[in-house]
Amino acid sequence: MTALAATARHARYVIAENPVTGFAFALFVLIVLAAVFGPHIVPYNPLSSDTAAALQPPNMHHWFGTDQLGRDVFSRVIVATRLDFFIAVASVALVFLMGGLAGVAAGFFGGWTDRIVGRIADTIMAFPLFVLAMGIVAALGNTVQNIVLATAIVNFPLYARIARAEANVRREAGFVEAARLSGNSDWRILACQILPNVFPILVVQMSLTMGYAILNAAGLSFIGLGVRPPTPEWGIMVAEGSAFMVSGEWWNAFFPGAALMIAVFCFNLLGDGLRDMVDPRRRT
Amino acid sequence: MLTMILKRAAMAIPSLIGVVIVTFLLTRALPGDPAAYFAGPAATPQAIQEVRVKLGLDKPLTVQFGRYVDDLAHGNLGTSLTTGQPVVTELRNRLPASAELTLLGLLVSIVIAVPLGILAATRPNSLIDHACRIISTAGVSLPVFFTGLILVYVFYYQLGWAPAPLGRLDVFYNAPPQVTGFYLIDSLIAGDFGTFVASLKQLILPALTLAIFSLAPIARMTRASMLAVLSSDFVRTARASGLSPFTVIVTYAFRNAMLPVITTLGMVFSFLLGANVLVEKVFAWPGIGSYAVEALLASDFAPVQGFVLTMAVMYVAINLMIDVLYGVIDPRVRLEA
Amino acid sequence: MAHMTAVPALSVEGLTVEFRTRSGIVRALDNVSFSVEKGETIALVGESGSGKSVTAYAVMGILDPAGRVTAGRAMLGGLDLLSAKPSQLADVRGREIAMIFQNPRTALNPIRPVGRQIADVLIRHGNVPRNEAPAQAIEMLRAVGITDPVRRAKAYPFEMSGGMCQRVMIAIALAAKPSLLIADEPTTGLDVTTQAVIMDLVSDLARDLGMATIFITHDLALGGQRSARIVVMHAGHVVEDAPTKELFAHPRHPYTAELIAATPDAAASLDQLASIPGSLPDLRRADLPNCRYSERCPRKIDACVQPLPRPDPGATHIVACWNPLP
Repeated sequence: MTALAATARHARYVIAENPVTGFAFALFVLIVLAAVFGPHIVPYNPLSSDTAAALQPPNMHHWFGTDQLGRDVFSRVIVATRLDFFIAVASVALVFLMGGLAGVAAGFFGGWTDRIVGRIADTIMAFPLFVLAMGIVAALGNTVQNIVLATAIVNFPLYARIARAEANVRREAGFVEAARLSGNSDWRILACQILPNVFPILVVQMSLTMGYAILNAAGLSFIGLGVRPPTPEWGIMVAEGSAFMVSGEWWNAFFPGAALMIAVFCFNLLGDGLRDMVDPRRRT
Repeated sequence: MLTMILKRAAMAIPSLIGVVIVTFLLTRALPGDPAAYFAGPAATPQAIQEVRVKLGLDKPLTVQFGRYVDDLAHGNLGTSLTTGQPVVTELRNRLPASAELTLLGLLVSIVIAVPLGILAATRPNSLIDHACRIISTAGVSLPVFFTGLILVYVFYYQLGWAPAPLGRLDVFYNAPPQVTGFYLIDSLIAGDFGTFVASLKQLILPALTLAIFSLAPIARMTRASMLAVLSSDFVRTARASGLSPFTVIVTYAFRNAMLPVITTLGMVFSFLLGANVLVEKVFAWPGIGSYAVEALLASDFAPVQGFVLTMAVMYVAINLMIDVLYGVIDPRVRLEA
Repeated sequence: MAHMTAVPALSVEGLTVEFRTRSGIVRALDNVSFSVEKGETIALVGESGSGKSVTAYAVMGILDPAGRVTAGRAMLGGLDLLSAKPSQLADVRGREIAMIFQNPRTALNPIRPVGRQIADVLIRHGNVPRNEAPAQAIEMLRAVGITDPVRRAKAYPFEMSGGMCQRVMIAIALAAKPSLLIADEPTTGLDVTTQAVIMDLVSDLARDLGMATIFITHDLALGGQRSARIVVMHAGHVVEDAPTKELFAHPRHPYTAELIAATPDAAASLDQLASIPGSLPDLRRADLPNCRYSERCPRKIDACVQPLPRPDPGATHIVACWNPLP
């Protein structure tokens, strides 16, 4: 049986054992679909305002109501999926590369590499994570790229530590020795032998980090850093709607907030399910 | 014991050095012109040049760093553009508000999460166990600012139980005479019960928001830790010796189970200090978080830098205290056998 | 069951225990019966997996939550431990019946001074006022042979050697002067000299207190050294129960004979060490034979498929076998 078929069979087993993971996976597919096709299928243009129709509660024409500029909240929430999902995926990809490589190098080579990576990780962890993200985005400028970078930096220590531990364990392993003896350079061993083994364990963390990345981006946007209006993004939409929450127009902030919650919840459940698949010993 | 504390304190020093270096890089090594940041968006080229000279931004980086450290040593964190006040003064004035809120939130969280975790562990597969697991999984998915807004909508707008989210005290009340800066404590010291209740009312919703946020990791870790300890060899010995259930669960199991929970508190504080900023914005709370957010909106950079530095230093200090607390409880760490 | 007129300290009758696991139900114990007279020392012997520890845990009421007692009684005086209420059990444990475990260091609370752990039992069971307990704890430490007990009482388990930790555990178990002590492999993990010292300590204390003792061990020779009687277990069954000298001189169950042959003896050479053929049957099987040794027994006959013979109540040497050695 090929590795892919074996993985698929194991995945089916885990999902059957734990229907919650199956549910999370279905939700994940839904989110991806919304991200990819969202802008094409929504009823209204998320940016077009119609002040005459401002602040309508949810009704037949506007399922989630309209905001203070008369924009359809439902369309904006769906379209925002793409941006938030992109931020999550980009952050996670970046931190996997940065943290994964640095950690694996630190674990494999030891010595100065290990010390430097360790110092960098310790320094990052000396800050409360959101505060550091605030500082980075404030310093580098209000762009989506900087949100992605800030999220990646803030999660770097965790990935570096996991990757380092795994690389350390495998450094002395038999297959590494065999590769060395047959003349492979250290970098080749790192890339071809160790990194693929480290990947499954990091994948679990990556799903959890996607949830964190979305919350982070939303939080930063909520306080005015990062995404700027009129771009639809869940965090900004909650910020814009917060003033109206106090006076009773709840739909403005509620729906984007609920979307946030559902997305993060889905990634967390998925992460737990992946953990069961990859390493049943670590189940809580 | 003292040696342990000193050792831990010594280990915190590299972290502090790292913090100072990073905050320096963030502010002085900005893309574009740092002087323009500090001069503000409305400054003329001439004003920017003046700021550049005044802050020594035309000098080489090493000299700048030396000046930066020197400033820090003298408690100089710059001046706010919008208020004209020294950042240090404003931070000091606003810190008690943030501290009171965060500490109360954490206290409420612990008071709920720890018993929940213990009960979930001692009654596996019961209703409380399932409730604990649901809270632990769902709790980490809630965006803290969203929770705050929902609480305001339900308890202020719909039910009218809570006061308007307008800060620490209703307009009709005056702040109590300053002793600690904590309104709850100061009003009790001054014997002013009315102000005590008024401050408490304003505190409830924001503290609850923070509590809900930190509930999940604490409950999850307490439950997991208690489960592990309850099946350990020494708890088996305690049971076999016929010790009372209270002694077994509290004196033997719980004290050991608390150790990983205390370690988790470090991570919880990291999240709490960040969530503080968001909660202060939702509830118009006059703490250091909202100070930084307001400064950000006005492109006033010195307060933001001061804020990041202060938060980091406080976090290092908190982690140090957590390490020491751990050492107090666990003799294996204290006696370095 | 030598002294039929006296009430035994502990009488286990028909104890049957099963465990629910993911891969099925494990029938760990089947109709286990034996008794211990007051002041008597017996050894419960068997290879790993024979169910000797499970027997002790079931009697003490500290079985893993997956385990259930499905039949049997364990009479301690007039009380059936297996059907007692939790509050009754908590009273009796420590005061009447006590247990010491292997791996003494992990069996002690790592963050509590050992003196306090002893004092906890004294306060709970020993009718000792709170303020006198620390002093009595120090005396207990002295009684188990720990030097400088005043200083050691404030020490933590990680600061002590394995042998000292075991002594502390003995002190905790004996603090309330129980009438029965179960010692579950108390010397495993200790070096040979310390093993002998610990065994001597338990024997001496048992004699001084008039306490009955059950030594659980996989080492037949060790078990035989200080016990009046040996109960041999295999795969959850009691296969033989006899006075020690008699067992070694005339073993009747085929398994006991193999066990004796496999026991290293100072005079024997390695070549002469026999090993017991076969392995324990899988206790999850629904088709377990009535005699769980029959599948690896060299003396198996047709009669062995029937249920095991009922033990004769008056006999001093009991064998659960249809074709015992003569």
